[in-house]
Amino acid sequence: MRRTVGALLRKELLVELRTLESVPGMSLFAVTTFVVFHFALNRDSVSGDLAAGVLWVTLLFASILGVNRLFVADADQGGFDSFLLAPVDRSALLIAKALALLAYLLVLELVAVPAFALLLLGPSLGQALPGLLAVLLLGDLGVAIIGTLVAALAVRTRARDLLGPLLALPLFVPIVIGGARASSPLLALDHPGDPAARWLITLALYDLLFGLITYGLFDFLLED
Amino acid sequence: MNALQLEGLARHYGEREALADVSLSLPEGQTMVVFGSNGAGKTTLLRVLATLLRPHGGSVRVFGSRLPEEAWAVRGRIGLLAHEPLLYRELTARENLRLHARLHGVGLARVDELLELVRMDGRSREPLRTLSRGMVQRVAVARTVLHDPQLLLLDEPHAHLDPAAVETLDALIGAPCGRTRVICSHDAGAGLAEADLVLGLRAGRPALLGAAGELSVAQITGLYR
Repeated sequence: MRRTVGALLRKELLVELRTLESVPGMSLFAVTTFVVFHFALNRDSVSGDLAAGVLWVTLLFASILGVNRLFVADADQGGFDSFLLAPVDRSALLIAKALALLAYLLVLELVAVPAFALLLLGPSLGQALPGLLAVLLLGDLGVAIIGTLVAALAVRTRARDLLGPLLALPLFVPIVIGGARASSPLLALDHPGDPAARWLITLALYDLLFGLITYGLFDFLLED
Repeated sequence: MNALQLEGLARHYGEREALADVSLSLPEGQTMVVFGSNGAGKTTLLRVLATLLRPHGGSVRVFGSRLPEEAWAVRGRIGLLAHEPLLYRELTARENLRLHARLHGVGLARVDELLELVRMDGRSREPLRTLSRGMVQRVAVARTVLHDPQLLLLDEPHAHLDPAAVETLDALIGAPCGRTRVICSHDAGAGLAEADLVLGLRAGRPALLGAAGELSVAQITGLYR
C-alpha cells in the first residue's frame, strides 16, 4: 500500500510540476483576492473576526481551483482505467490524491499567508504564527479529504467544472466557520491569544468524520 | 480450461443497448477476433472483459472468476491496449512504465527491457506529448505487457504503427506471444488469419460466431454493409 501511494503521489507531483495547472493559479487567485479586499474594505488593516474571515474564505475559494483539477489528467488521459486494471487497494488513490491536494494547499499558504499579512493584517503575525499554522493544517486536512471526495464524484460528469464547486462549498462551510473562529483570537489586534480549543476539536472531528465517509465511499465512486 | 466464458452477456448505456445475448467460450492460449462497424459494441465488450464496465445481464467468467464479483482476482492477469494509450502525456515513457510497474509489483528492470524491445529506449526520457502517435502506441504496447498478463485485450493494436513497428511488436502481442488474445479489428483478411474464433457484432448482438477456418473474408465484410 505504501509503495502504491508513493508511486501515485510521485506521479501527481511530477504532473503538477510540469503543467503548473493548479498551484500557481490557486496562489495568484489568493493574492489577487487580498488586493481586492485591501481596496474594497477601504481600511488600512483588518484584525480579529474580519481578518480570520477574509483569510479563510479566500483560501477556500482558492482551493476550489485545485479541487477542480485534481482528477482531470486521470479522466482525460486514461489514468483511471490504468489504475483500475492494477491489482492494488483502491484506497491508495484516495490517499495519494488527498496528500497531493494537501501539498498544493501548503504551497498556496506559503504564498498567501505572507501576502495576507503584508496587504491586510493589522497585528504582526510573528507571535500568532505557530497557532495559525496548527489551525490551517487542520483546515487543510479537511479540504484535502472533502476535495478528493468531491473531485472524484464530479470528474466523470459532463458538468464537472460546475458540480465540483457546487458540491464542495457547502461541505467546506463548517471548515470556514471552525477555521475562522479558531484563528480569530490569534489575529486580534489588542489581545492576541491562543486558538479557541473547542473550534480546533470541532475541526479535527469534522476531518475525522469525512475521512471515514470518504474512505467508505471512494471504492464505490471509482466503480462503473 | 476456458479463458473466457460468456453466457447471454448484456450491457447498456441508459436506454441504449450496447451488447446483448453474447454467448461464447474461448480456451486459454487461443485468439478471438471481434469485427463490427463503429458503435457495434467491440470496445464495450473489451471494457467488460477488462473489468472496467459491469455487465448488466448474463454471466461473464474470466479464467473461471465471475465478473464483477471476483474481478479483483483477474485484474493483474489482464493487459488492455485501448484506443487511448492510458498514459500520462506530461510524463516520459520511462516514468509512465515505472508507475505501471510499481502498481503491478513488477521489478523496474522490466521497464528497461521493454523499452528496448519496443525500440523506445532512445526517446524514453522525453515527455509523451512530444512523441509521435506511433511512438506513443509502442509505449502503450509496452505498458500492456509489462506485468506479463495472460489475457490480452487489444483494440485495433496496429493503429498508428508503421510496418516495421508491427513486426517489432509481434513478439509481444502477436501470435508468437502465446497468450490468450481478444482483438478488435476492421481488417478482415489479417484478422481472419490470426483468429481461432471470430465474433461479428452488429448493433451489439452477435451476427457471426464461429471458428476462423469455417468463415470467409466475404462473410466478415458483409457485417459492414
